[in-house]
Order: sequence, then structure tokens, then C-alpha cells
Amino acid sequence: MSLGKRMLSLVMVVGAALAVSMAQASTDPAPAPAQSVAPGAHSYVPEVEKKSTSTADHSKFKELQQNFTSGPEVTKACLVCHTEAAKQVHKSKHWTWEFLNPETKQRLGKKNVINNFCTAVPSNYEFCTACHAGYGWKDQKFDFTSQDNVDCLVCHESTGTYRKLPGLSGHPNYKDMEFPPGSGKIVKAPILKDVAQSVGKTGRNNCGACHFFGGGGDAVKHGDLDSSLKMPSKYLDVHMDKDGLNFSCGTCHKTTGHEVPGSRYTPTASDDKAGGHMRGKEDKNPATCQACHGTAPHKVAKLNSHTDKIACQTCHIAEYARGGKPTKMVWDWSTAGKLDKDGKPFKLKDSGGHDSYDSKKGDFKYETNVIPEYIWFNGKVNYTLRETKLDPTKVVKINSFEGSASDGKSKIWPVKVFRGKQPYDVGNNQLLVFHTYGKDDSSLWSNFNWDKAIEYGMKEIGAEYSGKYAFVSTEMSWPITHMVAPKGDALTCAQCHAPSGGIGRLDNVPGLYMPGRRANELLNTAGWSLAALSLLGVLVHGGIRILAARKGDEK
Amino acid sequence: MSEKIYVFKVFERIWHWSQAGLIIFLLLTGFEVHGSYSLLGFEKAVGLHTIAAWTLVGLWVFAIFWHFTTGEWKQYIPTMQKVDAMIKFYAIGIFTHAPHPFKATTLKKHNPLQRLAYLGVMLFIGPLIWFTGWFYIFYDKWTEWGWDQYLSLEWVAFFHTVAAFMMLIFLIVHVYLTTAGHTPTSHIKAMLTGWEEVD
Repeated sequence: MSLGKRMLSLVMVVGAALAVSMAQASTDPAPAPAQSVAPGAHSYVPEVEKKSTSTADHSKFKELQQNFTSGPEVTKACLVCHTEAAKQVHKSKHWTWEFLNPETKQRLGKKNVINNFCTAVPSNYEFCTACHAGYGWKDQKFDFTSQDNVDCLVCHESTGTYRKLPGLSGHPNYKDMEFPPGSGKIVKAPILKDVAQSVGKTGRNNCGACHFFGGGGDAVKHGDLDSSLKMPSKYLDVHMDKDGLNFSCGTCHKTTGHEVPGSRYTPTASDDKAGGHMRGKEDKNPATCQACHGTAPHKVAKLNSHTDKIACQTCHIAEYARGGKPTKMVWDWSTAGKLDKDGKPFKLKDSGGHDSYDSKKGDFKYETNVIPEYIWFNGKVNYTLRETKLDPTKVVKINSFEGSASDGKSKIWPVKVFRGKQPYDVGNNQLLVFHTYGKDDSSLWSNFNWDKAIEYGMKEIGAEYSGKYAFVSTEMSWPITHMVAPKGDALTCAQCHAPSGGIGRLDNVPGLYMPGRRANELLNTAGWSLAALSLLGVLVHGGIRILAARKGDEK
Repeated sequence: MSEKIYVFKVFERIWHWSQAGLIIFLLLTGFEVHGSYSLLGFEKAVGLHTIAAWTLVGLWVFAIFWHFTTGEWKQYIPTMQKVDAMIKFYAIGIFTHAPHPFKATTLKKHNPLQRLAYLGVMLFIGPLIWFTGWFYIFYDKWTEWGWDQYLSLEWVAFFHTVAAFMMLIFLIVHVYLTTAGHTPTSHIKAMLTGWEEVD
């Protein structure tokens, strides 16, 4: 070890010790480690140590040897060398939170979509932008052309100490902070110099900081993405297995120029022309299974004969939320706002110890090891946007996956269907944007008043509101594609081709004939009846022969 | 005293019994794949059904070759002669110890009803089951070969099952009629040893 490195580590150890003692001095009792409750507020699990193959040690760069006091300051230093990085990020969805679907022409992205989890970003920027790859998006006036406001660290740091807490408009906490407020848990301010010097390739923890915690907590949204994938076993994910292939997210989502391929807005449902991920080839989507495995990856020919109609995920991800973290299945906003007898918000837990009610959010249902629902899917997704007129007598599909048995483009896919109730405008029959978070007195979480929260939210986006709201049932589908099990844990034949009387996984998928499940009943009746009649016929014939023979003998 | 004639050569006997075994096995596994019951499990049933099917195909290739090189195919040329007598025999004569209207010889070992039945098996049930079976096996190639516009798995499976039911019915009746020889066991003995006891 060089003298310089030795000195550096000494400084770091002393610094860490000082920070710990200071934190202990400032709080009594000593802070418990923060728990996984919200985006950015999760405990850090170091990735398996991999020998870095990078040719640059960022701790040696002069630009990074300063006591940064804010995120944008660090970014400025990054951009000295990485001159084009911010411009690249500016084009990405991670920055714009906007996506124009070229096929449906729908304007999507976090900025525009209303989902049935936390519903909508507008009027809640300070909270939601904890997951924005930028700094300072606190209202509609955010400057999307600012290079210094790009957050390099959240995706590239590797200390695990850098966390963007909800409510800080995308900034980390520059001072020690109680989080969640009132919890008594202190989140320490990151030492930005160390964080800046730790940068490297984006790892699982970086992506996971937001994508594992979508929907307001660990495992809540996707079901196939949660913090158990930080250090997964082979059983949980055959590719990310910490003792095996140890893939990072980017191994599949192979990123060039800060554009991350493999988006849910335009999924690749059927990738039958891909025959391996060839170097130099511009793949449309390198994140499909077929990009590496091709379309005939099985040793057993009969299994390969399924790949034209069945997505790989259908058999190879037999269940999701398999890492022990329950995923949210139901969220009913209509019951939010109940207060206890002291007029205070409260929480209830279910028998499994998971939140089942929260005054801020309503009723929930969580599940682990969930069997997906199965649908025909051709890659086309249509959204019910805020402008879309809805029919409140029916379940509103936040997104609907297009596909059929006969369009020649669809495969049977596993999906998580997330069900809930959320407010809609009774006068206009449209989904509503409401003000969830804010220190003002209009936000739902400060005064539990829906009228005020909706009025504020709709005003924020400048949309018309009739003044009357009610709750409508909604459904949102999420393709299941992560947590790929080893082949021994894939579905077996009989789980779909179940014996008569059993339950087959694909029983509800329309438009397909499945041997073992969908026999023609008329043919069965006719066939077995005729066979029984023949048997009866020969038995009677034989019986008469025996009787006749006996009579003959008697004579 | 009854006499004995040599009707079934070694190849024919091997062909017959291995075919019998394969067909029974194919019926057993096939109706499991069809969903009628659970015996070996779907996966095993499919795998073994496929292997047995290809084995039977191989056997038939040999049998066809044998029949044409030996001229034995002539045994299956249909004739309506004495068909009425055969039906009358099975309907009445067999109960009254009437003499069998057909006398097997080495050159004519099948009675007219047998000729018709076996020809039906070979020219109708067989091809139906083979072609639907092949369509079934090569299901994943339909798109590549441009067949998907003409075929539907549902109908392929339907006719494959129709043929299977016909084969099952043939099997029931055939097994019973083996007892309708000179003595109840003389046909069976003939298929085992080659020598048939005749009147």
C-alpha cells in the first residue's frame, strides 16, 4: 500500500469515527439503523467485492479532492472531465421523466402518467423527485437544461451512504436528519468528498435505490424488483446470483450514452428474430432473454416448440416476490384519512406484520411468492391518461396490454395486476391529480382533506375540475421479467397441462388449445360411448357363445 | 383330427406383437396427454408417447418394405366374396357350432372381414393418426414452414383423438375376435407360433 493510500484510509477511518461519535452525541438514545420504509431510506448492503477493472481511480483525481457542500458542486467537478455526460443524461427518461410512445403517440413518463400507487407527480415534486436523477425539481419551474443539476452520484457512487430522501427535491440530506419525520431515526449526511471519490460503474445498489423501492417502499410496486436483489441467491435470480454469475442490472440493460434500454413503456413482448447479442450490432433491446439465449435454448425439443407462443418469463418466473419481501397487491385510497379518537393518523398491521392501513394512504394488501396472472401480450400498451375519459361503472385499466392468440405477434406473459381505488372527477369522468405531500395545509398528508388536496393538485396542472370527486376501481399491469429462477424451479409441464380436475396456470388465457386441458367434450362423449358399446357388444357376444357351448355339451 | 398350417412368418409375428405393444402403450400415454386420466404424469407421457410413435413409424417402414418385397401385400386386397357369409357366421353360426365359412391357407391367411378391417386400419386410421401426429410433433415449425395458415392445433388434436378412439375400438373388437377361431385359442397360438389349427 502506498503512503498516499495509507494516509487516505487513515483519514477516512478517523472521519467515519468522528461522524459516528458526533451522531451519537446529537441523539439520545443512539440511532437505530434506518429501516426500509421509503425510496432512498433503506439500509445499505454492500455488493460482492469485485476486483475493479477500471483504469481510473477517482480518489486520485484533483477535481474530487475538495470538501463539497452540495450535489451540484460534485456534478460540476464530474463535468470537468466527462464533458458530454450531462447532455446525454438530459435526453434520458431518468432526467426528463417523459416518454412519447412512438406507436400510440401517448405522452407518458412519470411526469404525465397517473398510476394507482402514489398516483401522480405534479404538486408532489419535492417528495417524488427523490428518485429523479437530478437536483432541485421542486415545482414546475425546474430548469431541465441545467447541467449542474444532473445527479451523477445517485447512479455512480458506491459507498452506500448517499441517499436522496423524499421531501428534499432530489437532494441528499446535507445535514443529519430525522427520517421519516417523527420516527426518531437519524439519517446521517453523506460525506460528499468520499462519495464523489467512490464513483464507478453503476451497480445493483444504484439502480435499486429507486427501482427496488417504487410505489413508496421496498418491493411495493413491481413485485419482481426489491431489495432482496441486492445480494440474491441463485434460487432468487439465476443471473444475479451473488455466488455465481453476479450480473448487475446493466449486464442485460446494456447502456450506451446514458440511454438505458429495456423500458416498460414499450416492452419487447416477442423477440423471435434475435439470435444472440452480437458485438457491434445495434440491438433494439439487448435486455430480452432471447438477446442472449436465442429462441431455441432448451435441450428438449418439445420445450423449444413452446417459445413461439410462451414468453420465457412465463415458465422461468413461476412466482414473483420470492425474496421474502412482500409486494403490494391492493391499494384502496378511498379509506385514507381516517383519524383515531385523538384526531391523529394511525396505522394498522396485518397478521404478517405488514401495513394493512395507513391514514395517509388507505387500505393495503401485501403478498409474497405470488403466482402471476397470464395474458396475451404483443408489446403494445395503452394508458388511461389524465385526459382520457373513463367509464366509472367499470374497472378502469390504468394501462392495458394489447394482444391476442391470433395476431401473430403476441406471447403469453406473466403480469402482476395491481388493483386499487383512487379519486376521479365525477363531473368530467377523468382521473384526478391530488396534492399528497407538502408542508402547506392543502396536502392530504397534512390535513387529510380530499377536497383541498384535489383542488390544489388540479390547479397545479391547470386542468379543469368539476368540484365533485368519487373513487373508482383501477387496475394496472406490470410485466414480470426479473427474479428468473434456475431451471429446476421453472414451471413443470403439468402446472399448465394439469390433469383433469386440477388447476392449470393458463386456464384463463383465451384462444388457445392446450393438450390435456381443453379436450372437445362432444368428441370425448362420443368416443368413450362407442368404445364402451364395442366392449359391451363383444362381452355379450362372448357370453352367448359360452352359453351356447354349455348347451351343446349338455346335449 | 385337425390339421395345422404355417400362416405367420417370423417377421410378421414380431411385427404384430411389437405393434400391439406399441399401440396399447400409445393409447395409454395418448389418452393421458389428452387429459383423460393421470398415470405417468403429463411430461413423461408426452415424452414416451413421442418415442413410441417414432418407433412405430420405424416398424411400419420395415413392414411396408417387407410386404412389398415378399408380395404379402396381396393378402390385403379387399374382396366382397363371402363377406355376407362371414357376417352370418359371427351373427348366428358361431353360436351353433356351424363350420367356419373361411378356410385359412398360407396364401390366404385372412378372412374377408379381416382383410377389410386391416385394410381400413392401414389405409384410414393409420394415415389419419400418422399425419395428425406429425403435424402435432412439428407444431413449432408451422410458422416457419407456412403451415400455420392452414392448420389449427385444436383440429389437429381433434382428428388425432378421433383416430385414437377408432384404434381403441378396433383393438377391443380385434382382441375379442382372436377367440373366434377353430378353438378359442387357435388364432392366438398361430400369432405366437406361426402355426394355425384349421378344420
